[in-house]
Amino acid sequence: MMISNKFIAIIGFFALLFCTMLVISFLGIILYDIFSKGASALSLDFLLEYPRKGMTEGGIFPAIAGTVFVTMVTALFSLPLGVAAAVYLSEYAPDNWLSRFIRASIRNLAAVPSIIFGLFGVALFVQGLGLGLSVLSSGLTLGLLTLPYVITTTEEALKNVPHAFREGALALGATKWEAIRTVVLPPAIPGIVTGALLGLSRAAGETAPILFTGVAFYLRYLPGSVLDQFMALPYHLFILSTQHHAIEQVRPLAYGTALVLLSLVFLLNIIAVVIRYRFRAFNQR
Amino acid sequence: MKLRKAIDQLMQGVFLSAGLTAVVFLLGIFGMLLFNGAKTFKEVSLAEFFGSSNWNPSAYGEPSFGILSMLVSTLMVTAGAMLIAIPLGIGTAAYLSEVASPKVRNWLKPTIELLAGVPSVAVGFIGIVLVAPAIAKVFGLSNGLNALNGAILLAVMALPTIITVAEDSMRAVPKQFREASYALGANGWTTLVRVVLPASFSGIIAAIILGIGRAIGETMTVLMATGNATAMPNGFFDPVRTLTATIAIELGEVAYGTNHYYSLFGLGAVLFVISLLVNLLAEKLASKFRYKL
Repeated sequence: MMISNKFIAIIGFFALLFCTMLVISFLGIILYDIFSKGASALSLDFLLEYPRKGMTEGGIFPAIAGTVFVTMVTALFSLPLGVAAAVYLSEYAPDNWLSRFIRASIRNLAAVPSIIFGLFGVALFVQGLGLGLSVLSSGLTLGLLTLPYVITTTEEALKNVPHAFREGALALGATKWEAIRTVVLPPAIPGIVTGALLGLSRAAGETAPILFTGVAFYLRYLPGSVLDQFMALPYHLFILSTQHHAIEQVRPLAYGTALVLLSLVFLLNIIAVVIRYRFRAFNQR
Repeated sequence: MKLRKAIDQLMQGVFLSAGLTAVVFLLGIFGMLLFNGAKTFKEVSLAEFFGSSNWNPSAYGEPSFGILSMLVSTLMVTAGAMLIAIPLGIGTAAYLSEVASPKVRNWLKPTIELLAGVPSVAVGFIGIVLVAPAIAKVFGLSNGLNALNGAILLAVMALPTIITVAEDSMRAVPKQFREASYALGANGWTTLVRVVLPASFSGIIAAIILGIGRAIGETMTVLMATGNATAMPNGFFDPVRTLTATIAIELGEVAYGTNHYYSLFGLGAVLFVISLLVNLLAEKLASKFRYKL
């Protein structure tokens, strides 16, 4: 009886290890395939040139620039709004139905499928507000999608600021806003930046919300203002792998685009994780 | 002094309105979907919309608006994804929570976050270049873009959600429960199966439901990898077209203000209600797994 129990335990734990290895291997396969095959397409020209000859040659510079541009608009919209909402929830919100309703709305907003944000962007920004197909429409749509992340992570960061800080400031005669501005927000900044980077990395990789709000198949010029259309890395990858007239021929370019997209998203992720670890080490000192 | 008070009051108002925007946006999205979607039903009956599997909204003369085959496709791909992701996800969560040393855990957690960070369009690309040829070869098909492909990819996309939430709920099981089990002579495996898993059951269910929500709402992966045929699928080797993919394919080519345009918002409303219900159910269950000792 004892032996068979031990045997089952060993088999069981090996099964758990196997599950974990398999999950990690999924990431490994994705990374290996894209990085090994994308590397051959990668060059300085690929990063800095425009697509040529019906996108069968040349680089992806406008797609990189477009993604950076639209992500900046996303940040300008979702960061101030998200941080302010988090300050309300963490510093002001009384424990009542309204606060609970706000929190529930944020959690449910985070669960809304990205294509629904696309539909909303079309109805509100593109048509309702008349912003048309533009960087602004796409940036605002992606901003909505990022908002719940920014709020949740900022609130967490604010909650980690010790209560004594606030009480000290108030005891010295500061108003609540002065206390928030001078002693609550500054120590929370690394946490806020971490959350913002994670949210923005997700926004930069999203395709569905920009599909109908401003991204373009091919443009000969970079967007000159926020009201112009733009090219974007995730959409470019989608085009090259499904919509192009010579899919097999452009496969290396698709791999290169995937490599650049993944690198960009992971870079934001890694910076976020590094800031978080440093911050944690700092707090524990 | 008066000015400082005034600024303080003003800022409180600013923060409150920022907090309220989340409510406004959520209600705004729902309202917009219902408002636009409802216009479909001036000409299409609810029975046809939900009961017919004939979707041809831009047909000249007699357009048809049945979403049944898309609902079935969405459910099929999601169910297939869960068959793969549930055992793998819970197994990995149990490994992270019960077996892995803190050092291993500190490496595995960010790795799984990284998997969650892979953009869906990149997963769809992998579906086209790796999974589709593999499926075609293994099962002797001419084309690997089908429901099975979608299910495999959605499993990969749902795994990080399932793992994270399930692990949280397992770690929330108080230490005393495990110690009591060891004191009775149980080994680690028995403790896991008989104590930790039952104690975190509602949290694990919440993790699965959130994973389902993630899979149902995913767009680009299924758009790229499932073949997009509107016919009713007969099995996992058939190409399928989900609710999300239909919106993504047709919103770009539809004329503004037509019945077809509104019917896509109707699809969106169905999708929104499904993900809202899924999320509320998961929250209800997740709130139960906090033990008070």
